[in-house]
Parts: sequence; C-alpha cells; structure tokens
Amino acid sequence: MTTDVRTGRRKAVVPGRTPLRAGPVSAVWRPRTLLIPLLTLAVLLLGVLVNCGRGDIDIPVGDVARALLGMGDETNRSVVTELRLPRSVTGALVGAALGLAGAVVQGLARNPLASPDVLGITAGSGVGAVTVIVFGGAYGGVGGSLGDIGIPAAAMAGGLVAALLVYLLAVRRGLTGFRVLLVGVGVNAILTSVLSWLLLKADIVDAGRALLWLNGSLNGASWDTAQPVLWVLVVLLPVALLLSFPFGALVFDEDTARGLGVRMTATRVALLFTAVLLTAAATASAGPVAFVALACPQLAVRLLRTGTPPLLASALVGAAVTVWADVLGRTAFGAVELPVGILTAALGAPYLLYLLIRSGRARTS
Amino acid sequence: MATERTRKRRTATAALTGLLALAVLLSIALGAEPLTPGQVWHGLWHASGSEGDVIVRSLRLPRTVTALVAGVALGAAGALMQGHTRNPIADPVVLGISAGAGMGVVASLFLIGVSSLYGYVWFGFLGAALAGTLVYAVGALTRGGATPVTLALAGAAAHALFTAVTAGMVLFDRQALETYRFWTVGSVAGQPLELTAKALPFVLAGLVLAALNTPGLNALSLGEDVARMLGVRIGPTRAVGMAAVTLLTGTAVAMCGPIGFVGLVGTHVARYFSGPDYRWIVAQAALIGAALMLLADTLGRLVARPGELQVGIMLALIGAPVFIQLVRRREAVRI
Repeated sequence: MTTDVRTGRRKAVVPGRTPLRAGPVSAVWRPRTLLIPLLTLAVLLLGVLVNCGRGDIDIPVGDVARALLGMGDETNRSVVTELRLPRSVTGALVGAALGLAGAVVQGLARNPLASPDVLGITAGSGVGAVTVIVFGGAYGGVGGSLGDIGIPAAAMAGGLVAALLVYLLAVRRGLTGFRVLLVGVGVNAILTSVLSWLLLKADIVDAGRALLWLNGSLNGASWDTAQPVLWVLVVLLPVALLLSFPFGALVFDEDTARGLGVRMTATRVALLFTAVLLTAAATASAGPVAFVALACPQLAVRLLRTGTPPLLASALVGAAVTVWADVLGRTAFGAVELPVGILTAALGAPYLLYLLIRSGRARTS
Repeated sequence: MATERTRKRRTATAALTGLLALAVLLSIALGAEPLTPGQVWHGLWHASGSEGDVIVRSLRLPRTVTALVAGVALGAAGALMQGHTRNPIADPVVLGISAGAGMGVVASLFLIGVSSLYGYVWFGFLGAALAGTLVYAVGALTRGGATPVTLALAGAAAHALFTAVTAGMVLFDRQALETYRFWTVGSVAGQPLELTAKALPFVLAGLVLAALNTPGLNALSLGEDVARMLGVRIGPTRAVGMAAVTLLTGTAVAMCGPIGFVGLVGTHVARYFSGPDYRWIVAQAALIGAALMLLADTLGRLVARPGELQVGIMLALIGAPVFIQLVRRREAVRI
C-alpha cells in the first residue's frame, strides 16, 4: 500500500514499514527493492567478465577485469574491449530490452503468460528481418545501409503488424482475457510458416545465416549491432517507467482502474507500442531470443515479491539471464557453440510449463 | 431401422467420401504442368515414357497417395486428441506433438545416422510419445484441469523446446540443414511410393486402434466418473488413445514433416455433421483430413506456378485463421 492522500491530514502508513516521502510521491522502504537489483547487477557483471574471457585464447576472469579497467596486458586489453566486449554488451542490452518488454506486456495484460513471444510479436519481427536477409542480401551478408537500417526497420514493421493483428483480433473486452493468448498462438503459427517458407526460398548460405539468426545468436555481435538497442533502451526505459505508473490501478479490474482515473485505451496503446519497439530492436540485433521476455519478469516478481512485474529489475534479470545463457551455450557443449536463443528456449520452455502448472487459474475465455 | 440422425450421418459420410474422391482426381489432374485429361488417363495406365506419363506416374501419383495416407492419419489423430483432451483446439502441431516427433526423426537421422524409414519412424514415435506425455502431464497437474489455454500454451512451450533442440542439431551441418529446411515446412512432394507403402502398416495399425478406442471415448466424453460407472476402464482407454495418436502423428511426421491444422479443421467440420458421436467423428475427420491435404496440396501447386507452396504452408494459412476464429467466437469452451 503506497498511498498519497493529498487532501487528508493523516498520511497512510503500512504497519511495520518505513515510509519514504518526497512531495506528492511516497513509497514504502523495502530492503529487497534495492538489494535484489544490486545483486542481479553483480551477477550480470560477473557473467560479462566470464563471457569476455571465453574465446580462442582463454583469459582468466581477473585479467579480463583488469583489461576492462584499462590496466594490464596490451593484447588482452585490445582483445577484450574490441573483440569480445561487444558480444556481451549486445547480449546484456538485448536481454534488458526483452525483459522490459515482457514486464510491460505482462503488467498490461495482468497475465503472467503474456509476452511478446507468445503473442507473436517476436515472430512478426522475425518475418520482417528474414525477408530483408533473404531478398536483400548477397551470399549471406546484408551489407551497407540495407543491413544497418533495413533489418531493424523491417523487424520493427513486422513486429508492429503482428501486434496490431493480435490486438484487432483479440481485444473485445480488454487485453486481459486469455483469448488474446490463444489468438497469439494462432498468429504465431501463420508467421512461423511464412518464416519456414522464406527459409526455403533462400540460397543455402542465406538459409544458414537466417536460421542462425532465427535462433537468436550473438555470434555476429559488434558495437554496430549494440548501438540501436542501446538507443532504443535509453529512450524507451524512461517512457515505460512513466507510462507504467498506472499499473498499480490495473491490478484491479478494468472498471475500477477507469474509475480511479486511468485512461485505459491511451495508456494501453502507448505501452504496447513501447513493448513492440523494444522487442523489435532486440530482435533486429540478435534475432528472437526465446522466452527471455516471458520468464525474466516472472523471475523478477518472485525475487522482489511484488504484485506486478517490476520494470527495472525485469530488465536487469533479462540482461543477466541472456549473458549467462550465452556463456553456457559457448562452454557447455565443447567445441560446438550453440546460439543463445536455443539455450534460452531450452531453459525457458520448462519454466513456462512450470508456471502453467503453478498458475492453474487459467480461465477459459 | 436407422434413425433420422443416423441417416444424416450416413449421407454426410457418403458425401465426404465423394469429396475425397474428387480431391484425388484433382490432385492427379492438376499441377504445374498443364496436362489434358487424355494425357492424364494415358499416364495412369501406360508407362510409355512420354513426358505426360512420367509426370503423372512419378510425380503426381506418389504425392497424391502420400497426401491421402498422411491426411487420413492426421485427421483421425486430431479427432482422437480433441476427444481425449475434451478440448476444441487440440491438434498435433498446436500441442507440440509433431515437433516432438520431428525431434526424434532428426535426432536419429543426424546423430545416430539411421537412414531407413523403418529405422527413424520409431524415433518419431518416441518423440511424439514424449511430447504427448509432457503436454498431458502439464494438463493433469494443473489445478482445474487442462483448459484450452493451458493446453495451447503447454503445446507452444513443448513446440519451442523441441524445435530449439532440433535446430541445435542441424545448425552446424550444412547437409543436414539443407534436408531439414525442406522437411520442416511439411511437404508431400518427392516421396517415392515405396516409402509410403512402408509407412502404411503403421497408419493402418493406428486406425484400427482409433476405431477400437471410439466407444470408450464416447463414454469418456460424459466425464470420467460417468464413464467408470458405465463400465469403461479409464486407464486402458486413455492408453489406447495415446498409442493411436502417437502411431498416426509419428508416421505422418516421419513421412512428410510437421503439418498442422489438418486434424483441427477436420474434426470441427466432422463435428458439424455428426454431433457428439466419436465413432462417426473420427471416421469423418479422417476423410476430411485427407481431402483437405489433397486440396491444399493441389492449390499450393497452382498458386505459385512454376514453383509451389508446400502443403504445410498452405494448411497453416488456411488452418490458423480457422483456429483464431474458433477461439474468438466460441470463447474456447470445453467440449
């Protein structure tokens, strides 16, 4: 209960909790809200260090840390910062964007199972990007401005179209119904078959590249692929934080939220748009990294013990999970480096099944 | 004396058989290369080696037979699944069972190096059974039972899991990737008749099991308690149904890749004709499934001449909208 009663004399308090007040805004001090994100950040940094140490020449974690701080061996420094850091940074940014998008969608739909992957938004981005890869590229490489602008723009357009389609088909009495999930499954099926058709049309080199991309890979990551996600995150994180302010009211049903002064349609459309942009940006740089957007907000909810997915913490958890999944994919299978998306799918799918069993309150409409 | 309803069901079944026969004819008569009916007729009976004969005998006839067998299998499997899960959205692809079978087939092809259908079809069964058990277990463990939403999401999760594992196996082997990307779309083209003949016993066994299963299924659709009271042994009935679904789906996937929505659409059309009786639903769904496969395949050959749209893509484009409409309109009630 964080309450601000401007008109009343008495200020609301939560028994046993220290209140934090600043002007019209107040909150309750919970140590977890600070500790867990800090801990996640530490796990993320450790993951980046370990990931940067992996490669043709293994560098110990301590040396990686020294190289990142600008000390130590000259060769180590250039290898770490120029060759290996982009991969980890891209992974962290992509994970953060997906975690944030998932938190926004789940908070909006008040549904732990809603996420850009289930709703077909990720598949839509995939269709957009693969179209450019297959029809615009020459021998597996999409070069120049087409690669830099074309793939992200196409991914974004594809994601928006998919989201619009699901929204138009499903929204009758709000996004909250479970119908939207089933419509998402249907739209996903159509888009997936379009994807496999695109893979068939492609030259075998393109197909290999597209399939690698489709499974969410950080192999080709460079500072250039990290940049778009970074900018999108920098712009949209504050937007999402501001817009998601009414999430507290959305905990109740729609009528109550409207009664409490939340402009439902405008808020929903703006937030959904934000989530789509985040997903598309992440998908454009690393391909659809499966289930991060679904699982990480739920992990964050359980760690922080909040009611709705906490946005910042979800983003941090997303980043940490993605980087560690990448570490796992590169180390666990010997010489074979599996794309990060295969790892997150293999880990995230059982987690989704677990959530399904746990939630049990899946209603029928 | 047959009741009014039985007469209607018989008429519908006869009409569907007629539709299937028409679909077979169309599938043989139409294609990328326009042939006159005379050429087609000649090709069916004489192997003179002329272009028309070769097209009919070595291209159109095999794929027609494959589509027919796979369609019957998928249609019957879909009807059984909908009956056992009491769920209007059950379908081999939606529930991830095709993906499981696919994983089994790909694993045996690329990891163990099995190359004969008799070898890899067993791995297909294994994968299908694994996926079926997984999804069914999630449904059973969920409080309140398996609602359409739970099943669809469990299926989506299983699908994602098995597809990811499959992709991990083929990603770094160019030869495997080349085969995989054609197989994963779902196509009936290029399948020699001998291979279909080898798959036929499995489909027939599955159909026999399905037929044996339908009376029990009818009792089960009244609820487990009532079924038990009527003298149905729940465990064996479920097991036979599961075995039939595994045989039918596994064989169809091993033959022509994961093809979705045949069972879904087929069962709903059959339900429209036969009401709640699964003895009729399963039979009619098999007929409709085969007709649907053949028509979709023929249409796929015609819309993208001189190339073709694979039957798996055609069916997703036809079936997924039906699925969405079903979810929207009927609010996905339990059967």
